Amino acid sequence: MSITKFRRIIKAGFINFKRNGLISWAAILIVTITLSVITTIILLQAVLYSSLDQIKDKVDVTIYFNVGVSEDKIMLLKASIEKLPEVDKVIYTGANDALKLFRERHSNDYPTIQALDEIKENPLGAYLNVKAKEVSQYESIANFLKSDNALILGSTSIIDKINYHQNKLVIDRLNAIIAGAQRLGFLIALIFIIISLIITFNTIRLTIFIFKEEIGVMRLVGASKMRVRGPFMIQGAIYGIVASIITMALFWPATAWLGYNMTDFLGLNMYSYFLSNFLQIFVIILSIGVLLGMISSSLAIRKYLNR
Amino acid sequence: MIYFNNVSKVYNKDSVALDDVTLTVASGEFVSIVGHSGAGKTTLVKMILAEENPSSGTVFIESVNVHRLKSNDLTKLRRRIGAVFQDFKLLENKTAYENIAFAMEAAGKTDEEIYSDVPHVLELVDLTSRVHHFPHQMSGGEKQRLSIARAIINQPEIIIADEPTGNLDPVNTYEVIQILKKINDLGTTVILTTHNRGVIDSVGKRVITLEKGKVVRDDKDGKYVI
Repeated sequence: MSITKFRRIIKAGFINFKRNGLISWAAILIVTITLSVITTIILLQAVLYSSLDQIKDKVDVTIYFNVGVSEDKIMLLKASIEKLPEVDKVIYTGANDALKLFRERHSNDYPTIQALDEIKENPLGAYLNVKAKEVSQYESIANFLKSDNALILGSTSIIDKINYHQNKLVIDRLNAIIAGAQRLGFLIALIFIIISLIITFNTIRLTIFIFKEEIGVMRLVGASKMRVRGPFMIQGAIYGIVASIITMALFWPATAWLGYNMTDFLGLNMYSYFLSNFLQIFVIILSIGVLLGMISSSLAIRKYLNR
Repeated sequence: MIYFNNVSKVYNKDSVALDDVTLTVASGEFVSIVGHSGAGKTTLVKMILAEENPSSGTVFIESVNVHRLKSNDLTKLRRRIGAVFQDFKLLENKTAYENIAFAMEAAGKTDEEIYSDVPHVLELVDLTSRVHHFPHQMSGGEKQRLSIARAIINQPEIIIADEPTGNLDPVNTYEVIQILKKINDLGTTVILTTHNRGVIDSVGKRVITLEKGKVVRDDKDGKYVI
């Protein structure tokens, strides 16, 4: 297509957008609603993932060592565990630190502290907190630790206990809840997105239906399909651009309010999340808006172009 | 130039728009097609523009079967035909200037050609004062003159005027017919459909009479006889 034709199509798109007034703004309103649904879903996914991350963070496997095991041996084991691909991080707590933490935790429990004082020696061993990358990977880490393989030769003799099996039920249930929540979240998001896409497509189809006669006339005077379709696609793109700007402008104060009032409830400061991801969110909804407008226009006009 | 070979158009068995029509229109001719409402006049001209497909038979413009054309070629053919309709078929969202400029853009004319030719053709149909008016701001006569201006701007080989005076008063009717005659004098083939006796008698050229989809008369220097 020559530059002149392209320029004429773009100009016609802008002029039609301006002249159609109310119809254009009605279409923008609907696209704005669709983009708002998508933005809400993006933000809700962020809340969901942040909540799930917080829950996941609370899960770990602790390896308790026998009293008096040397730190070198434990460090050797720690290094071996860290090499496992499933492992995110391993935190070492020495026997003394373990005792300190125990005292802090039981500072109000006088009989326990008194019993501890009477023993004089430290009855607690050191321990390692192992965090997996995914909740589902704890079992394989626990199995690895149980097996006395070459990597950690003789380690079973120094390990007092591994609390995975006590936590197994909770971890398994959590695992199922997380997977379910993600699936449900995705499904709900998909349903909402599909519904809003259909509504937008139908609205744009109606705006084009109004120009059915004009489209026929344009074809009769010898306009090519692209010359007729082009300005409608440009109009569709303008709907997307304007609607995405309005959506971002609406979500700015909305997320600010949520950030100031609902951070504790949501477990995530929505305002800072929105601001720090502003560009990505804008690019996503701008692309969706523009593509939605252009594709809907292009599809809707197709049946009037045939002759 | 235009050949109808045994063309029929049947919508359903009770509704036959054209019944085995065979006729030829030579280049540069002025042909009036007359008949009562529902006689098949509009269907006949729609066949030339390939707005309608025949149920049987063929329509040729020169050596081209218009109903066998691909979309792109049909678009190119339509640029060689100017059309004027009873209901004007103007682009309501565009000004008088833009309506004509659009037809020129569609034909691939340059901006310079558009700037120079549009005012000229508007002057020709006496619409200079209506350049920036939208169709809804114009009278019936003005709209029809604009429609004619759009039809002739690309110097087409054929002008099809489907009941162009149907919505006009006698003064505007006279003006429109005078413009069509002038266009024909310059060598353009004109096909006019009407049921206005005065118009046919004033033109004094070939008249084809349709009745129930059939050609019942074809007179060289015809009068309105039904």
